[in-house]
Amino acid sequence: MAERCLLSTGSEWSFELLETYDREIGRLAEQYRIDTYPNQIEIINSEQMIDAYAAVGMPLMYNHWSFGKQFLSNMKRYRRGQMGLAYELVINSNPCIAYLMEENTMPMQALVIAHACYGHNSFFKGNYLFKQWTNADSIVDYLLFAKHYIAQCEEKYGVEQVETLLDACHALMNQGVNRYERQAHLSPEEERHQAREREEYIQRNLNDLWRTIPVKEEKTQVKSERFPKSPEENILYFIEKNAPLLKTWQREIIRIVRKIAQYFYPQRQTQVMNEGWASFWHYTLVHSLYDEGLVNEGFMLEVLHSHTNVVFQPAFDDQRYSGINPYALGFNIYSDIRRICENPTPEDRQWFPDIAGSDWLDTLHFAMQNFKDESFILQFLSPKVMRDMRLFGIDDNDAHQYLEISAIHDEEGYRSLRQSLSAQYNLGNREPNIQVLDVDVTGDRSMILVHEMHQGRPLDAASTQEILKHVYYLWGFDVSLQSVDEYGKVQQRYWLPDSEQG
Amino acid sequence: MSIIIDRRLNAGKKSTVNRQRFLQRHHKVIHKAVQDALSQRSITDIDRGDNIRIPRKDLSEPVFHHGSGGRSEQVHPGNRQFHAGDRIKRPPGGGGQGTGDGDASNQGEGEDQFAFEISRDEFLDYLFDELELPNLVRKELKDATEFRMHRAGFTTKGSPERLNIVRSLRAAHARRIALSGKERKQIRELKRQLRELQVNPDCNDPEREEELRLEIQALNRRLRRMPFIDEFDLRYNSFTKLPLPSSKAVMFCLMDVSGSMTQSIKEIAKRFFLLLYLFLQRNYEAVEVVFIRHHTEARECNEQDFFFSRETGGTVVSSALKLASEIIAERFPPEKWNIYIAQASDGDNWREDIDRCREILSDQLLPLCRYFAYVEIAEAPQALWHTYQLLGQENEHFASQRIRSQQDIYPVFRRLFAKHPSSLAALRGFGYG
Repeated sequence: MAERCLLSTGSEWSFELLETYDREIGRLAEQYRIDTYPNQIEIINSEQMIDAYAAVGMPLMYNHWSFGKQFLSNMKRYRRGQMGLAYELVINSNPCIAYLMEENTMPMQALVIAHACYGHNSFFKGNYLFKQWTNADSIVDYLLFAKHYIAQCEEKYGVEQVETLLDACHALMNQGVNRYERQAHLSPEEERHQAREREEYIQRNLNDLWRTIPVKEEKTQVKSERFPKSPEENILYFIEKNAPLLKTWQREIIRIVRKIAQYFYPQRQTQVMNEGWASFWHYTLVHSLYDEGLVNEGFMLEVLHSHTNVVFQPAFDDQRYSGINPYALGFNIYSDIRRICENPTPEDRQWFPDIAGSDWLDTLHFAMQNFKDESFILQFLSPKVMRDMRLFGIDDNDAHQYLEISAIHDEEGYRSLRQSLSAQYNLGNREPNIQVLDVDVTGDRSMILVHEMHQGRPLDAASTQEILKHVYYLWGFDVSLQSVDEYGKVQQRYWLPDSEQG
Repeated sequence: MSIIIDRRLNAGKKSTVNRQRFLQRHHKVIHKAVQDALSQRSITDIDRGDNIRIPRKDLSEPVFHHGSGGRSEQVHPGNRQFHAGDRIKRPPGGGGQGTGDGDASNQGEGEDQFAFEISRDEFLDYLFDELELPNLVRKELKDATEFRMHRAGFTTKGSPERLNIVRSLRAAHARRIALSGKERKQIRELKRQLRELQVNPDCNDPEREEELRLEIQALNRRLRRMPFIDEFDLRYNSFTKLPLPSSKAVMFCLMDVSGSMTQSIKEIAKRFFLLLYLFLQRNYEAVEVVFIRHHTEARECNEQDFFFSRETGGTVVSSALKLASEIIAERFPPEKWNIYIAQASDGDNWREDIDRCREILSDQLLPLCRYFAYVEIAEAPQALWHTYQLLGQENEHFASQRIRSQQDIYPVFRRLFAKHPSSLAALRGFGYG
């Protein structure tokens, strides 16, 4: 290999150097068939980073006290040195915006460019969930629209009103996503236009639903069919469309929160995959730089040092342990896929007959594009990774006084371990499954929510009662929630207003 | 192709609005936290923000999440000793909610307090809530005794030592040019005629020549008679007198620490002293604070003792006044220091001592100090009150007020330090205008 000259030697970065590194990394990424949105790399300082944190990482966001709370707490922890700031922050948009901290050294900036601008960026562009659920082209425009719209509402109806509404919406944010449908992409203008059309349509339709003029007697006698016909999992959507008393602007704000929740939904489902993918590529790309003689040993030492920190997995009994590090797990799985393709062992051939010995780049891209955490783990977590990480499962059943080790990294345990780890990343298990069961359309307009318990796990009572207040505020009429176990038996009921109890 | 943008120059502060919203929303809790924080602070240490802790439950953002119970299975890394089927004790507090679970409380670090920082101004705002403090502080003190001369252009009148020579000569020059215009024009004309006579070969008229010469001489004489400098030309440097507040102030805090003063009374007093300190601090470069506590005898002490040490005994107010006047004589010459005295008491005093107090005040202290403020923290007027009322009527810069509760402090303070002496006098009695 021809000896190339070093791109830089010191730790100071400059804009020229950033460009050079970005060009070189981009060139290498292309060789690995990494397909990205164009990059927009922005250099920011620590305060701006904390700002960005507070606005859930978005370049612009509507105003709300909870972001202020986030900001204050981050600021404080940062000043006290309790919290390090991320080296970068990247936004799923087109062009893909990546924030780089000015404090980073040149090797760090290069690492971060490889990680964010090529790793995450290509994940956003390639993964099926992002393709299906988010629209990178219009998110920034949509946020701008949302910010303006909410600011206008604040002017018209008062900050307090808007704030209460947003509080309620935020509480239901996780229940504000569609899991199975997909609407067509809309441009911001269409969005605005539709907002107006919706206004008229909803008012018309609502009036129909809540018609108070008595219908013929016989008809009301027959218990009219349930509304909604089948339980609705997207509570915010249901409220937006059907709550009788909401004003149009309130519906629009609910919609905004819903849209943003939907935008983040894929990110919550692909933590391991996304971080693992980015870590795998920063590792591989920087090594390629080194192989070509573009960077020296000092550079690599620093890069490897932070890489090791990023993918460090403390053991369960370590002080620093706070769950499985998605960077570590993802990085290990991707690296192992490459190993299985390049140097398969007999065990791999038995476990992964399809991919053992195949082209690693093809397989890796396939793995990135077509899975979410849950299915990715189920598909690709190899016995070797389980052994290396020394994974073990704990069965926690409140019927027993003790915890039981259900499986460890051995021949008998691999499958069940993989299954439970996969289930652990299934949002459907992690978050309570709550749906709108029925609304008493002809009577007192009360709404019944149902929580279908997963493995007998109840809701947290205090917060549930709090959230019901928010639901009540949005719905405008009585709200009740029942937790139903596997056998259809109601285990727990919550009411609002409380007086109805009994 | 990548674009690289330097955003560092963009103002940060994106979160300012959100931050304010947060503070507004949790106004009550923060307010209380600030009030609590005050008791741990020294008066002179008011000039900074603070760490505020408020209960986390007050600002929760609830989301649906699982409570403890039920059955769950979690996978953890780093197994060393376990085998499948091993049973282990349930760790305390660890319910069905594993670490792998969502982020129901995303900063849950086992703390039930939410801590953050507020700035100094915010701290003061909360401390003197609804008191419009900034309005007050913006007022200037109009009580300066020293003056500084300040250049203010030039005048035509003044004393000789302020004569500005350059300006005066310039004025004289201008005057001479202006007044001699006609003569010089005539001279020029005459000289031209003379020259013509001399040069023209046709005419030969010595008489006329002589005549012209004489005329020119006469005109020159007239020019020379014009004064080189006139009183009219004189310019003087002008100065105006600017009041120069003395840059140093000393504040005497006098407080009764006898048994009758409860801790809550002291708290009220502390706020009053604090306000005074703030007020002085905005107006003077350096503010010193002298604490004098007294029961039957007075002692200078540090702030800690001043507010927290407790002694029993009777009350002899004059002892404190006497000590104050001694300290002034010793360390704070009135021509260099602006002396402020603030006295807080529950109004108790020995009857025999009251006359003595009055004597010390009117003979020694009041002539020296810039302002004497007395606050009586009591429900009904006490012994000292009546005497001090009389003193107040005689002296402009003596004021007394009664404070019944925390809320009274600021209005009282405002009345005490009202801008105009006239309105002060009007207010001192009963008026609330």
